[in-house]
Amino acid sequence: MSDIPGFRPAAPGSQPDNDTPSYGSTRLRHPTRPLIAFPHTITEATGPTFSPRHFPALADLTLVDGQAAQGERIIVRGRITDEDDRPVPHTMVEIWQANAAGRYNHPGDQHDAPLDPHFKGDGRVFTDADGWYQFTTIKPGAYPWRNHKNAWRPNHIHFSYFGPGFATRLITQMYFPGDPLLAIDPIFHSVPDAAARNRLISSFDLDVTQPEWALGYRFDVVLRGRAATPMGV
Amino acid sequence: MSIATAAQTIGPFWHLIEDKSLADLTRFGAQGKALTLTGRITDGEGNPVADACVELWQASPAADARFPGWGRSGTDATGTFRFTTLKPGPVPGRGNTQQAPHVAINILARGIITRLYTRAYFQGEALNEADPLLNLIEDPARRATLMARPDGPATWRLDIRLQGDGETVFIEV
Repeated sequence: MSDIPGFRPAAPGSQPDNDTPSYGSTRLRHPTRPLIAFPHTITEATGPTFSPRHFPALADLTLVDGQAAQGERIIVRGRITDEDDRPVPHTMVEIWQANAAGRYNHPGDQHDAPLDPHFKGDGRVFTDADGWYQFTTIKPGAYPWRNHKNAWRPNHIHFSYFGPGFATRLITQMYFPGDPLLAIDPIFHSVPDAAARNRLISSFDLDVTQPEWALGYRFDVVLRGRAATPMGV
Repeated sequence: MSIATAAQTIGPFWHLIEDKSLADLTRFGAQGKALTLTGRITDGEGNPVADACVELWQASPAADARFPGWGRSGTDATGTFRFTTLKPGPVPGRGNTQQAPHVAINILARGIITRLYTRAYFQGEALNEADPLLNLIEDPARRATLMARPDGPATWRLDIRLQGDGETVFIEV
């Protein structure tokens, strides 16, 4: 039998449109022809698995050569589930971000803010059997990005998730509660539905916070759920 | 029931998680017919897309300890990505159909908020004529945007145009 279940389509308004004029870089990079609708096959319904043997975890971004990075240490913890609220176990999570000053350790970042020799800004963790992940990092700074006059990105951490199929692949950004820049950020606002957008904002969590050590933020993520029955039979 | 988390762009600084070895899917000693799949990504004005993250997945040959089935290649200053992988075979489609050999491709970049999904097929494969996805695309010129062509020994080329003349066919995923 070849008909393994695909994944459910996105709920209306819950995903951004690549044609988002307020984000200037989309202008020449979004397709203008309609996407081809095609039920998921084995190609989309299956996906890669990653072994910590080949992809070792790096869950503490705050130390380089034993030296502490500058900035506000934070812990990010969350649970990855699917749309049926089932945990996504043992899936790889990739993380990258700017340093506390709002500068990426990347040759393309020309923002006039200091690099930190003790902060590289990349990490990798795996969820446990119940879908939980956690890492320690530095709260990233805001930075200017020239999209429009006086444009600044809100503080954010980039995330990459895989899940069980190529169709569940997700790249997103986690934001911080109370950030005044969120109200005027075109990338954040590219998600049409306000509730879907606001789920990209982490929450401060005293239970994740470690006394005398680091503030804690909770960021839960939902990956697409399997379609109830095989499609296109 | 919950709703899947929204995507956001991978941005211009995703190279912090780049590992160039990931573009070689044969690096764990995979046995089989190896090939190079390369191509150039250009935007609506024909400019190279030099900061893209291209990801490849193939269901055939089946992934195992020696063959991950998945790879990642950044594009260089000319917009070129390059994978070394194993030649895929046919895979089952829906119902009793067969799909022609193909690999799945995600394109992630600054200015692409949610990944663009497409496939690369291989010119000259007999099964292409009966492939259920290719047959959904009526215009032969559009269909050709998914067809990698021979480009030297064991090398296949598929250029990708994000927008405009010759725009690549992208697939809902």
